[in-house]
Amino acid sequence: MSSETTTRAWGLDHQFDSLEQQREASFLGMWIFLVTEIMFFGGLFAAYILYRWYNHDGFVAGSHELDVTLGAFNTAVLIGSSLTMALAVWAAQVGRRKLTALYILLTIALGLVFLGVKVIEYRAKFEHHLFPGPGFEWPGPEPAASVEMFFNLYFLMTGLHALHMIIGIGMLLVLAWLAWRGVFSPENHNLVEGMGLYWHFVDIVWIFLFPLLYLLGRNAGA
Amino acid sequence: MSERQGLRSLNYLNATVGLKSWLLTKDHKRIGILYLIGITLFFFLGGAMAVLIRLELATPAGDLVQPDTYNRLFTMHGVMMIFFFLIPSIPAVLGNFLIPLMIGAKDLAFPKLNLASWYIYMIGGGFALWAMLNGGVDTGWTFYTPFSTTFSNTYVIATALGIFILGFSSILTGLNFVVTIHRMRAPGLTWFRLPLFVWAHYATSLIQILGTPVLAITILLVAAERLFHIGIFDPALGGDPVLFQHLFWFYSHPAVYIMVLPAMGVISELVTAFSRKRVFGYKLIAFSSIAIAVLGFLVWGHHMFLSSQSVYAGVVFSVLSMLVAVPSAVKVFNWTATLYQGSISWDTPMLYALGFIGLFTIGGLTGVMLATLGIDIHVHDTYFVVAHFHYIMVGGAIMAYLGGMHFWWPKITGRLYPAFWSKLSALMVFVGFNLTFFPQFVLGYLGMPRRYHAYPEEFQVLNVMSSAGATVLGVGYLIPMVYFIWSMRYGKRASSNPWGAVGLEWQTPSPPPTFNFVDSPTVDHEAYDYTVRPGDQKVA
Repeated sequence: MSSETTTRAWGLDHQFDSLEQQREASFLGMWIFLVTEIMFFGGLFAAYILYRWYNHDGFVAGSHELDVTLGAFNTAVLIGSSLTMALAVWAAQVGRRKLTALYILLTIALGLVFLGVKVIEYRAKFEHHLFPGPGFEWPGPEPAASVEMFFNLYFLMTGLHALHMIIGIGMLLVLAWLAWRGVFSPENHNLVEGMGLYWHFVDIVWIFLFPLLYLLGRNAGA
Repeated sequence: MSERQGLRSLNYLNATVGLKSWLLTKDHKRIGILYLIGITLFFFLGGAMAVLIRLELATPAGDLVQPDTYNRLFTMHGVMMIFFFLIPSIPAVLGNFLIPLMIGAKDLAFPKLNLASWYIYMIGGGFALWAMLNGGVDTGWTFYTPFSTTFSNTYVIATALGIFILGFSSILTGLNFVVTIHRMRAPGLTWFRLPLFVWAHYATSLIQILGTPVLAITILLVAAERLFHIGIFDPALGGDPVLFQHLFWFYSHPAVYIMVLPAMGVISELVTAFSRKRVFGYKLIAFSSIAIAVLGFLVWGHHMFLSSQSVYAGVVFSVLSMLVAVPSAVKVFNWTATLYQGSISWDTPMLYALGFIGLFTIGGLTGVMLATLGIDIHVHDTYFVVAHFHYIMVGGAIMAYLGGMHFWWPKITGRLYPAFWSKLSALMVFVGFNLTFFPQFVLGYLGMPRRYHAYPEEFQVLNVMSSAGATVLGVGYLIPMVYFIWSMRYGKRASSNPWGAVGLEWQTPSPPPTFNFVDSPTVDHEAYDYTVRPGDQKVA
């Protein structure tokens, strides 16, 4: 008992026997959390499939209203932020604290660029009366309700994704501060790796949203 | 022996004192007790609603409450009992307390997250209570659209938000259990040496992790439609109300297994301990828990046989629903086979366990009847359905919860409760339960619909029987409340192993020390090894 307490590694929580056990528990926990996130977004994807099937023409027309250039630019920005996040994890693994913080800050910056572009896109939709609700107007031949359903899902899906980005950026700010203070070590940087998994997940959700909302139906001849 | 006496004086209950030491605790045992306080509050609130419902139904005319009030009563009864009592009951109280003890760990993998789960539960409960005090909600616990999103003038958002928040508590508890069971087991404790209680909780956690997020997004969509008129479910806004039912039941059917799987885990422990016998078919019971969790996700359509679902989908869901009976029956047969030639003792927990086996069997078999398309159409939305799910949830889950509380109470508090009163109340619960709900099978078959506050006169005799039974049942629930509280101060002190049971939780003092074990245990034998460790440990 006494030998156990004297040899306990720094940063090892009381319920664990070793850093290895703590690390495995932390990763498994994060992966399971990401599974719950998939199920969470899954409900929206199910609604998308159903309503695209009901309102095919409206969805094609709606997707033509989205700005593919901005969407593609944002996709590149987000993939870039996943790279900087991966580099932050690497920097933490090799124990370079300032570099870790720097890469995390870069990730935050790219995340903010993404959100800024999203604001520009949202504003354009408001101005064109494409935001769902009483102000919605659709002059085209497709039924307005069908196009509105596309924008219902567009705002719900990208909005929920943006909310995950905002939460992620908030947590990354704390993480950058912790990294700068030198809290992480090559032996124990579970928090950096866990946040990395979360950030990549948010990235991957966008990788699905971009084609579903911006690209699908563009070549359907409508 | 003297060393053990010395250790008993310092345990998780008295290691630190003061309200703050409880509200900021990271100890899974204390958090289990915090949950116990929360769910007991909601149990009696939900019970009070049931009392008013049964009072109204004692006479055919709607003379006690207005129809609108009645709608709110059965809605709040369902919301409180399902979301705020049954779903957290066994996992959050007994699972929280016992899983680390049973696997020989110092705590759950994420103690702070565990405490956060309790706070999330209480905040969600706060929203629901606020809604209730302001007049409640009248949509039924199922929140069917478009009534809930467009037409109801009650506190739908506050209640739904409460359930949304509560869901995260459920998700995080499940996550914590899965990681704990994977990573925190004592040396030598292989998967097939785990107590079946742990297997059952593992299966339950999988459902909590995979199902609850779908309910969360569904509630968000309901809120978006109700608040911002973003059409998702209301046909007037271009939505499809049947999509709501698919999403809702994708969670809410598996939620039944969140309630009953941990109950089955409790029963496996009780039946072996009071038969003093190795469990029959360990692996089959373990795998049947997983099978129920998996099959549970494939049967939600049986709630929608009459909701414009295609006939072919109905047939598939019907067959899949019947398949759930197979792993359920495996458990019932294996418990019965465990009893065979066991040396059975009739302590209170065993009375609850035997009650569970009988009542769960009736609930399960009527479930197979309801999975049959033709019968379901006949008894759809009648008291037959109400009786069926109360046999599963009350006759099953609550019986097992009470059995478990009586089994582990000496471990939790270090005190014994009076045997006579506990046996009397177990008997009252069993008799009262059957008197309440068996007449409802008959009422439903005769065609009495659910969710109405008045009924034709020819149904009165059966309804009076049901209301009388509810009175007995209510008293049966109050008695344990009284003697449990009494025992905390006046009960006899319990030894570390008052039942002579095997299992790691019985090899540490009652109540256990803060970090559970004086020396970290290692395991070199299977669970329920009653042949090697005879009952002579009874005097520990």
